[in-house]
Amino acid sequence: MTEYETVIGLEVHVELSTASKMFCACPTAFGAPPNTQTCPVCLGQPGTLPVTNRRAIESLMMIGLALDCEIAPHSVFHRKNYFYPDMPKNYQISQYDLPLCVQGHLDVQVNGSMTRVGITRAHMEEDTGKSLHVGVTGRIAQATHSLVDYNRAGIPLVEVVSEPDIRSAEEAQAYLRELRGIVKTLGVSDVRMEEGSMRCDANVSLRPVGTHDFGVKVEIKNLNSIRSLERALRFEIERQTTLLHAGEAVVQETRHFDEGTGKTSTLRSKEEAFDYRYFPEPDLVPIEPDAAWIDRLRGALPELPRARRDRYISEHGLEPAMAAFVSASPASSAYFEDLLGAGVSARDAAVWMSGELARALNEHGHDIEDAVVSAAHLAGLIQAVQAGKVTLNTAKKVFLDAYEHAKEPIDVIAERGLGQVSDDAAIAAIVDQVLAENPKEVERYRTGEEKVFGFLIGQVMRATKGQAAPPVVQRVLKERLTA
Amino acid sequence: MAQPWEQTAAELAAAISRKELSARDAVEAHLARIDAVEPDVHAFVSLTPDLARATADAVDQKVAAGEPLGPLAGVPLALKDILCVDGVRTTAGSRILEDYHPPYDATVVQKLRAAGIPIVGKANMDEFAMGSSTENSAFGVTRNPWDLARVPGGSSGGSAAAVAAGMAPLAIGTDTGGSIRQPAALCGVVGVKPTYGRVSRYGVIAFASSLDQVGPFARTVEDAALLQQVISGHDPMDSTSIDGAVPDYGSALEGDVKGLRVGVVTDWIDGKGTEPGVRARVRDAIDAFADLGADLGKVSLPSFEYALSAYYLIAPAECSSNLARYDGVRYGMRAPDAADVVEMNTRTRSAGFGDEVKRRIMLGTYALSAGYYDAYYGKAQQVRTLVIRDFDEAYKRFDVLLSPTSPTTAFKIGERTDDPLAMYLSDVCTIPTNLAGAAAISIPCGLDDAGLPVGLQLMGPPLSEPLLFRLAAAYERARGPFEVPSMWGRSDD
Repeated sequence: MTEYETVIGLEVHVELSTASKMFCACPTAFGAPPNTQTCPVCLGQPGTLPVTNRRAIESLMMIGLALDCEIAPHSVFHRKNYFYPDMPKNYQISQYDLPLCVQGHLDVQVNGSMTRVGITRAHMEEDTGKSLHVGVTGRIAQATHSLVDYNRAGIPLVEVVSEPDIRSAEEAQAYLRELRGIVKTLGVSDVRMEEGSMRCDANVSLRPVGTHDFGVKVEIKNLNSIRSLERALRFEIERQTTLLHAGEAVVQETRHFDEGTGKTSTLRSKEEAFDYRYFPEPDLVPIEPDAAWIDRLRGALPELPRARRDRYISEHGLEPAMAAFVSASPASSAYFEDLLGAGVSARDAAVWMSGELARALNEHGHDIEDAVVSAAHLAGLIQAVQAGKVTLNTAKKVFLDAYEHAKEPIDVIAERGLGQVSDDAAIAAIVDQVLAENPKEVERYRTGEEKVFGFLIGQVMRATKGQAAPPVVQRVLKERLTA
Repeated sequence: MAQPWEQTAAELAAAISRKELSARDAVEAHLARIDAVEPDVHAFVSLTPDLARATADAVDQKVAAGEPLGPLAGVPLALKDILCVDGVRTTAGSRILEDYHPPYDATVVQKLRAAGIPIVGKANMDEFAMGSSTENSAFGVTRNPWDLARVPGGSSGGSAAAVAAGMAPLAIGTDTGGSIRQPAALCGVVGVKPTYGRVSRYGVIAFASSLDQVGPFARTVEDAALLQQVISGHDPMDSTSIDGAVPDYGSALEGDVKGLRVGVVTDWIDGKGTEPGVRARVRDAIDAFADLGADLGKVSLPSFEYALSAYYLIAPAECSSNLARYDGVRYGMRAPDAADVVEMNTRTRSAGFGDEVKRRIMLGTYALSAGYYDAYYGKAQQVRTLVIRDFDEAYKRFDVLLSPTSPTTAFKIGERTDDPLAMYLSDVCTIPTNLAGAAAISIPCGLDDAGLPVGLQLMGPPLSEPLLFRLAAAYERARGPFEVPSMWGRSDD
């Protein structure tokens, strides 16, 4: 049977977090009551004109520079014409054949191997409003009427289009994760996929391994999480593989991914595709960034995730996976670097962050920005373990407890009397008690049955509720048994 | 002493500032004149007497307080119904905006308000400025004050007719392919098409964004220059507006034309579409320029043959997109009882737009369609580049170009409504200036044998307004006061 290779290209939409909209002065805050963040311009009132938001253009240029794109010396806006009630002008101001950023790339790592994904372009466009279908089901077919909220209409969107260089669902996920990290590090978007500030369309096709022509492609629209992207791709790859193996043809079309069923289904066929009648937007002038502007933005770029990760590997000796984990976002990197600053080793910092901290954040639905236990306080706890004041196991529990009750971990240790017992005399008393209670085991050890030693250690630890310092217990127990 | 409505804007403004006439009385005189002749002319879609009176009263308070006034304070003006006035019905001549009240002022309207210029009404126009006769208005045709059986031209026919009939000494129009100059010519008044970007388009309901430009109507060159001064300037709300200082147009009126090189576009004078009466009056004007010492020569502009065709691809293409927003969802007309949104869009647009607008939307939609773009819209843009190049070449040899404004005088109402192509030819002399984003002025140069006014067009490169005002004013002085329509009721004294 023919082996197939998957070919994937992604179109990622990033909603910028500029203070005002793309072409008017309206605010962009998420969650305001419907139509309260609108004005004559973003409502497309007759006679109004767009004026480009300079900060949005700069944000796009920063994304382009971070993706090693060329910034085009001459770039223009086009109108993309189609009728839709949530689009106030019935055209979207977008970019077409003269985008601002072109020919970049993004390196992504999957299972230790690096893949370079080409970036075809990154361009600017405006978001649309949102339709609300009112009726029993909330679906358009059963709606009694529809309402439109234009708060989002005109919010600046950057679209990043990749080359068809992605070969698996894992690579696609890694690409999206990496892109999200970059955008977040640049501070130009909060990239909250659940609020729709980052969305993704995937183009998927298959071709026989070893061939170079592209197969028939299917576009899956509006994937709003990294997990959805992965599920949609896996389903689609499987669907196309099955079709091809059965000798059937893949139909070029746009498909929708259903979160509930995990399946993709036809949205519209190639024949139903819109003719957008693009033409240059006559209400706007071309964008022609000069070298000084580009250089200033390039100079202002922060350390990007890739560079930071490499630095964590080379300077701090972290394994690549750990380095990737702690550098996943600017806030995560800051937390990591705060731990290092407080004297914690890179390895301990990474282990704690990927372990108990991640668990606590997960349980409470927090982002690392919201972490209840600060890096400084976690550092205090890690140092208590190193100083032998508390066992690692106890420290982990203390951390979760401190997180839960918003306390400093060191205070939790003190309050609950969980300090580690490493005093020889105190441990010796407990050892003697355990030996007295287990004469048979003592006899077995003394007759050469050495594995009983472990059992006796366990008994001592149990008697101290885990607070005894294991090295001290070992030493004292050995002394008593050989005495 | 002439009635206030017979005076020029400059005369009225002077009388108001000297306290010889109150702004309120100036407005009342014009409102009375409107009462008298508007039933015959129908220059307005809506009258705004309260707005005019409020502005006039504010001017009078300033006069009483001794505060400085703008040069046209208190002078009534007719505003083309395509410019948005906050809370005032603005229709663009279309059924689809019959009850539309914009929530904001156009920048030009803000400037008029700041200058203390009372707006007496919203002037009639071809629907969405598409037409050359004002017959495409959803609110009835405007009649030419020189002959009520004839059209006033268009699309700013109401503005031109209001000025010609004495209903206002000033008017604002828009010119996308000749929509100020052609009605100015047909109504015997002055009309200016300023350089693209000289006047803000913010608040001007769009027809073809890359061509639309706001400009003044008046009965004298001086009045037109004064109004041009008020409305010009950079606007941060319009990205295509020119960011630069506006020259003093009033001081440009003084100079003579000796030694200025005037290129005569002989193709348009001798062309077979040009009426003999128009030809004769334009030749008289050429003689007048020669007498004034201008250096005259012939100019040929080969690409202009294709300008009309290019215009009728570019303008419809842009309008097909600009008019997409009239869908019944947010404002304006909405067809009732539609089953779904597509039906609502379709029925609203079918009922709301007139035939010419639909014709151009279809033309433009087709021209932008996949597979046709290069052959139509792309090719038209190439012609546009050639037109600009021909102008550039001509301006190496000449300071300005001279031609008829329109090949014909005012035609009869209904005469061209069944022949869109004949109608389109009305703008053959005006369109190249729009394609080039340049400036031009139309000034009356006499009457034909039927007693209808003929317009002379002077064209210049971008930002040549001072030069155009200078030539037009010099010609106007040589020509002497222009005739008025018989409806002015003046005897030959």
